[in-house]
Amino acid sequence: MSQQSYTVEVVVENKPLARDPEGETIHHNLILKGGYNQVTSVRAGKLLRMSVDADTPDHARGLVKRLCDDLRIYNPAAHICQVRIVG
Amino acid sequence: MSRVAVIQYPGSNCDLDALEVLQKVEKTKADLVWHKDIKNDNYDGYVLPGGFSYGDYLRAGAIAARSPSIKIVREAVEKNKPVLGICNGLQILVEAGLLPGAVLRNIGLRFACTWTRLSVETTRTPFTSLAKKGQALRIPIAHNEGRYYLDDAQIRELEKRDQIVFRYVNENNKPTEEANPNGSVDNIAGICNEEGNVMGLMPHPERASLKDLSPDGQTYGRVIFDSMLQSMTEMSTRK
Repeated sequence: MSQQSYTVEVVVENKPLARDPEGETIHHNLILKGGYNQVTSVRAGKLLRMSVDADTPDHARGLVKRLCDDLRIYNPAAHICQVRIVG
Repeated sequence: MSRVAVIQYPGSNCDLDALEVLQKVEKTKADLVWHKDIKNDNYDGYVLPGGFSYGDYLRAGAIAARSPSIKIVREAVEKNKPVLGICNGLQILVEAGLLPGAVLRNIGLRFACTWTRLSVETTRTPFTSLAKKGQALRIPIAHNEGRYYLDDAQIRELEKRDQIVFRYVNENNKPTEEANPNGSVDNIAGICNEEGNVMGLMPHPERASLKDLSPDGQTYGRVIFDSMLQSMTEMSTRK
């Protein structure tokens, strides 16, 4: 099967019990003060967008998941990590 | 005489302070070694100094934790040699998995640069063996990501295994919220591995080892270096 380029996004954010002062500040001091009271919480995180050559979207996602664990793109003690194909 | 390596990473900026204290105050043999130049475990102990590393991109210490120097540090750890991580050094050791947990951005989102009061929580490590349990040390901090984090269950495990080495405390030696400069869980300022020979702390003992640099003329940081050097001497006499 021929290789294609896929865009894979990695989102790293603190676990629910690990406080996220950046998200809290954006929520309280920008969003709620701006009148958007329907927004009940904000979590800030880190986004990595990778271009990956692979046979299939599943292979691209699998490779990125593996590198996230292998290279500790996130710290499992404090973070959750989501990997998704976006294109 | 024992010999210590202070490992320099791209962005280290407390490396020379640590070296100066080891050489001129502690009168020990110490070398500043670029992280790529450490090829073999030729030292009796290692110091990972404070500052930054690789711009602290991704997370503080995350990229330095993959440096080949860490393989050598791991070898030293397995031989029970002492490894001390100060500030960014702690972050590197945590990201390398040599110490448990994570170090997150300060809860107040501010760079915290102040003198803190620490309580010595255990004297079983080679870095606190000359201190007394409960002894208070005044040592400064300077960091943006110093909030130690582990979930409750794992913190209890750390406590059970006597891996909490320092806590931030107030003048009455109580670990209060006011005494906690960065939101660390349980006021944790320093931790060690299960064996005790790897220890990391956010405060800077090298900045509290010269009378002229301390507001109260004390040198509380020295007990950490004194203990480390004594343990190295004991190890070399046992060889």
